[in-house]
Amino acid sequence: MKPQDLLYAKTHEWVHVDRSGGSPVATIGISHFAVEALTDLVYLELPEVGRQVKAGQSIGEIESVKAVSDIYSPVSGEIVEVNRALPDGLGKLNDDPYGDGWIAKIKLADEADLKNLLAHAAYEKQCAEEGH
Amino acid sequence: MTSTLAQTPLHGWHASHGGRLVDFAGWSMPVQYSSIVVEHNATRTAAGLFDVSHMGRIRFEGPAAEAFLERIVTRRVAGMPAGQIRYALVTNDTGGVLDDVLVYHLTHSRGASYYQLVVNASNREKIVRWLHDHRDGAEVEIHDATLETAMIAVQGPRALEIVRPLTSLDPESLAYYHGAECELVGASGLISRTGYTGEDGCELIVPAEAALTLWEALYQAAQAIGGSAVGLGARDTLRLEAGMPLYGHELSEEIDPLQAGLSFAVNLKDRTFPGSEALAKRKADTSASVRIGLTLEGKRVPREGYPVLAGEQQIGRVTSGTFSPTLNRPIAMAYVSRQHAATGSELTVDIRGSRESARVVELPFYKRTT
Repeated sequence: MKPQDLLYAKTHEWVHVDRSGGSPVATIGISHFAVEALTDLVYLELPEVGRQVKAGQSIGEIESVKAVSDIYSPVSGEIVEVNRALPDGLGKLNDDPYGDGWIAKIKLADEADLKNLLAHAAYEKQCAEEGH
Repeated sequence: MTSTLAQTPLHGWHASHGGRLVDFAGWSMPVQYSSIVVEHNATRTAAGLFDVSHMGRIRFEGPAAEAFLERIVTRRVAGMPAGQIRYALVTNDTGGVLDDVLVYHLTHSRGASYYQLVVNASNREKIVRWLHDHRDGAEVEIHDATLETAMIAVQGPRALEIVRPLTSLDPESLAYYHGAECELVGASGLISRTGYTGEDGCELIVPAEAALTLWEALYQAAQAIGGSAVGLGARDTLRLEAGMPLYGHELSEEIDPLQAGLSFAVNLKDRTFPGSEALAKRKADTSASVRIGLTLEGKRVPREGYPVLAGEQQIGRVTSGTFSPTLNRPIAMAYVSRQHAATGSELTVDIRGSRESARVVELPFYKRTT
C-alpha cells in the first residue's frame, strides 16, 4: 500500500479501508515515522481476534529497547484478523510498515470514525512539526 | 527544544550527525544517532565515543585539598598516590547518597598535585553547594571547571588503539583507575583509564575549544574500525549490563551505599564524614532492601517502578530495566527485601498487569572476557 493513499491517526497508526467484501474492513498498522522514532523494536503485543474496540482505545503495545508505547485503534469495530507473523518478525515493521508490517484488521462499526483521521499530507505536516 | 538547555562544545556536531537531542539533567544531549543496539554493539565489539561533557568536573587546589576531600567522601583520600582515581560516594548526614563520584589525585604538568571530582550532571550544582557549605574555612580552592572543559569517553576493546595516536601519553601505560595530564591533539588535557560501560577504555578531558578537533579525530579513527558515536540510550544499556548504578535510579538520598551494594566504596575505619555515624549504625540493619540484578525470559522489558513480587507479595521495585542487546533478553536492577535477594531466587515482575518470571542473578550481567 502506498503511504499517500492511507489515513492516519495523530497517534501514528495508519488505516486502509477495504470495501470489496461488502461491509468495510480497516487494515491498520503503525507509520514509518513511528517505527523510526521507536527504533530497536523488541516486542509487540497483538490484540485478540473478536475483541470489540473503540477508536482511541489501546489495542496492543510495542516495545523498543528504550520505551514501551501503546498502539491505539484508529477506528471502532471488531478485530477480525491479526498479523500473527509480526511479533516474531518485527523487522517487517522496518522494511514494509504499510504492507507486511500490518497489525490488525477491524470490521468498521461506524464509517464516521474515518472523518477524524488525517490525510497523508496533513499527517506529514504533523510529523515534521514533531521533529524526530 | 527550549533554548535554556545547556550545550556541550560538541552539541553542533551531534545535531549535524543525526543525534536525537533530548533534555538530560538540563543539558541538550544526544540519546542516539542511529540505533541504541547498533551503538551498543559497536562499543562491545570495537569502540564507542561518548560526549560526557555534561558531567561535572570540580577541581581542588591548595594545601588542605586532600584533608578536605578526606572528610567529604566515603572512601579514603588521604595517602592516595598521585595518578590514582577512586570511585566513592558523597553522603548526607543520614547516610543517603548525594552523589556517586570519581576522586582523582593528579599531578600538574608544573609539578604540584591537585584533586578532581567528576560528578553526575544532575547533581553538579547540589554537590558544589555541599562542598562550599562544608569547607569550614579549609585552605582549599574549589573550582567548577565543567563549562570550560569537555569530556569524551572512548570505550571498547579497541578504544585505546584509537586514542594512542592522539596523545603524548600511551593510555596503555596507565593502570585501570589511573589518570595523568598529557597532550591531546596539541592541547593540554587529562587522560584516565576509566569508564561506565564494562569495557576497557579511557576518558579524556580537554579545554572546551579543543573538543571538536579531538572528537573528529577520534570519530574518524572509530569509524575506520567499526566504532560509533554513542548516545545516552546505549550509555544506559551498556552501564546496565555492566551492573553499574545510575544516580536517580539505583542511587538517591533515600538509599545508602550499603544497601546499594557499594560497601567496597565505604571506609568507616577511623574516618569521619557526613553520614559516617549513620552508616556505621545502618551496617547492622538488615531491614533495608538491597540492590539486585534480575533476568527475565521472553521479550517484555521491566521498566523503572514496576513491582517485584515473591508469590503474591510485593517485595520491591525495579529501578532500571532494558532489553539487553548483548544477552538478548530483558534485564533489570531492582531493590528487594533482603530475604528474597539471594542469587537464584525466583521472583516475578508485574509488567503492566501481567506477571513475568524473573530470576535473581549476580551483578554484573556482562563481564568482558579480555
